[in-house]
Amino acid sequence: MTTTTTTEVGTTEASAATPPVVVDVRGLRKSFGGHEVLRGVDLQVRAGEVTVVLGPSGSGKSTLLRSINHLEKVDAGYVRIDDELIGYRQVGDRLHELRERDVLRQRARIGFVFQQFNLFPHLTVVENLVEAPVAVLGRSRDQARELALTLLERVGLQDKADAYPRRLSGGQQQRVAIARALALEPKVLLFDEPTSALDPELVGEVLDVVKDLARSGTTMIVVTHEIGFAREVADSVVFMDDGQIVEQGPPAEVLDDPQHPRTQAFLSKVL
Amino acid sequence: MSITTSDITASPPTAVVAPARKAQQPRTVPLRHPGRWVGVAVALVLLAQLAHALVTNPGLDWPTFRAYLFDPSVLQGVWLTVQLTVLSALAGFALGLVLALMRLSRSPLLRVVAYGYVWLVRSVPLLVQVLFWFNLSYLYQRIQIGVPFGPGFFSIATNSLVNAMGAAVLALAVNEAAFAAEIVRAGVLSVDAGQLEAAAALGLPRRRQLRRIVMPQAMRTIAPAAANQLIALFKNTSIVSVMAIMELFYTVQVIYGRTSRVVPMLLVATAWYVALTTVLSVFQYAVERRFARGAGRDGGPTRQRPVHLLRRLRAAFDDLRARAAEGSLR
Repeated sequence: MTTTTTTEVGTTEASAATPPVVVDVRGLRKSFGGHEVLRGVDLQVRAGEVTVVLGPSGSGKSTLLRSINHLEKVDAGYVRIDDELIGYRQVGDRLHELRERDVLRQRARIGFVFQQFNLFPHLTVVENLVEAPVAVLGRSRDQARELALTLLERVGLQDKADAYPRRLSGGQQQRVAIARALALEPKVLLFDEPTSALDPELVGEVLDVVKDLARSGTTMIVVTHEIGFAREVADSVVFMDDGQIVEQGPPAEVLDDPQHPRTQAFLSKVL
Repeated sequence: MSITTSDITASPPTAVVAPARKAQQPRTVPLRHPGRWVGVAVALVLLAQLAHALVTNPGLDWPTFRAYLFDPSVLQGVWLTVQLTVLSALAGFALGLVLALMRLSRSPLLRVVAYGYVWLVRSVPLLVQVLFWFNLSYLYQRIQIGVPFGPGFFSIATNSLVNAMGAAVLALAVNEAAFAAEIVRAGVLSVDAGQLEAAAALGLPRRRQLRRIVMPQAMRTIAPAAANQLIALFKNTSIVSVMAIMELFYTVQVIYGRTSRVVPMLLVATAWYVALTTVLSVFQYAVERRFARGAGRDGGPTRQRPVHLLRRLRAAFDDLRARAAEGSLR
C-alpha cells in the first residue's frame, strides 16, 4: 500500500518524466472565529492532473479551494501557482499581502466554478463570457466574442449565446459558468461542488463537460460528492476531514481500499 | 394482496367524472369574489359624488383656474420648480452615491463620517435646513469656497451660493443626498454576494465590478425607491417658497395674495404638480423595465402591462356567459 498522509506528501522536485507541479499548497491554516477550518493542508497538483477532493461537509474542502485563488485569506501557509506566490509577495522571510489590483490579475488565471453558478443575470450568456477577457486580458470585443462562441460550442450551448441566464436550466447555467471560467485560459480550474445545486437528471450533462476537459488535459481540482465521477476521472483523490487531508492517492486505492478509519466510515455512508 | 385487488375494483376510474356529463372532462370553476364587486360599486358611487362636487361647487371657481393655468408667470414658476428639482436631484444623488460607497467601505472612519452625515441631515426638518442654508449664504458671502462637505455640489457655480436660488439647491441637495445614500446602499446590499465573488474570481477590477456587475443589478432595488424620492423632492421644492424664490408654489401664493382667489390658485399648483409627477411615474416605469432585463423567466413583475386588467375583465365576462349558458341547459 502506498497510501500517503499529510506528513509524507511534499516531494515537488520535478523529474524529467513527471509533468511540473502547477498548484503547490503548503501548510495552509485558517480559522473562522475560534474554529480552525484548515489545520495545515499540503497539496500538489501536476499539470494535466485531475484532483478530486472528498470529505464530509465542514471538513474544509471549500475553504481550501477558495484559499487557492485567495478568495479566502489564510492565517498561515502559502499557495504557489506556476511558481508564482498567490496573494503575497516574498521579501526576505516575510510574505507581504499584495494590493487588490495584483490579486485580481492573478485570479484571472485561476478559473473558479461555483456551486450556485453565479452567472451575471443582467448580461446575456455571451456577454457573461466576454466581460472578463475584455476587462482583464485586454482582448478586443470581437476577439473575445469569437472565443466565447467557440467555448459555448464546446459545452454544447452555442444556440443559447444571446439568452439570459435565468432562462436556462441549472445544468445549462453551470455549463455556461464553466465556459466563462475557460474564457480566461486559466492554468488551473477549481470546481466547488459544481453539481450539488442541480436536479439529479441534470448532473450528468455537467459532469460530461468536466470529463471532456479532463481528457483534453486541463489541470483541475474538483470538490464534489460524486464518487462515481471521482473513480472515473480523478488522477488523485484527496480525502479531507476536520481541516486536514487524512488520505490521498489514486482513486483505486483511496476509494476501494481506504486505510484511514475516517475515510472508511465516510465511504461506507456514501457508497 | 387481496386487499389491493378489492381496492382497485371498489373504485373504478369512471367514478371521478360526474355521471350527468359523461365523456367530458370536469370543468374547473374559479373561486367567486362577490365582496369585490360590492367594493367596486361603492367606489364608483363615491367617485361619482366627488366628480359632482368638483363640477358644481362654485367656490372652486374653475374660470379663474382656466385663466391662470397657463399664465406666463405660472409657467415660469413651473420651469423654476423643474430646474430646482433637476439640479438638486443630480447633485443629491451624486453625493448620495459617494456617501453610500463610504458607508459600504472597509474604512471605519469613512463609514462613521457617512453615517454621521445621514444621521444629522435626516434628523433636521427640511424647512429648518432651508432657512439655515439661506442664512449661511449671508455668513459666507465673501468666502468663495467654504462649505465643509464633499465636492458634490460644485457642479453648480460656487458663486451662486450667495443667492437664494443657490441656497435652495444646496439645501435640497444636501437633504436629498442623505436619503439617496440609504437608497443606493440598500440597492448594493440587495445584490447577491455570489455576484461579487464571481466578479472577483474572474479578476475584474474593482471599479468595473461596481459599474458592470453590482450597480446594474442594484438598480432593480434602487429605481422604485429613487423614483419615490425624486417625486418627494419635486414636491418639497415648494418649501423654498419661504425664501421668496419664484418657483411654482410661491408664484401661486403671490397671485392669490393679490387677487384673493386662494382655492382656484391652489388648484392651478395642484394640477401642475400632478401632471409633472405623472411624467415622472412614466419615466420610472421605463427605467424599471430597462433594469428588469434578465430578471426572471417571464421578465419580472414590472414587465406586466395594464393590458392584463382588460384581459382579466374579458375572462370574467366570458366566464359569466358560460355560466349563463350552462344554467339555461339545466
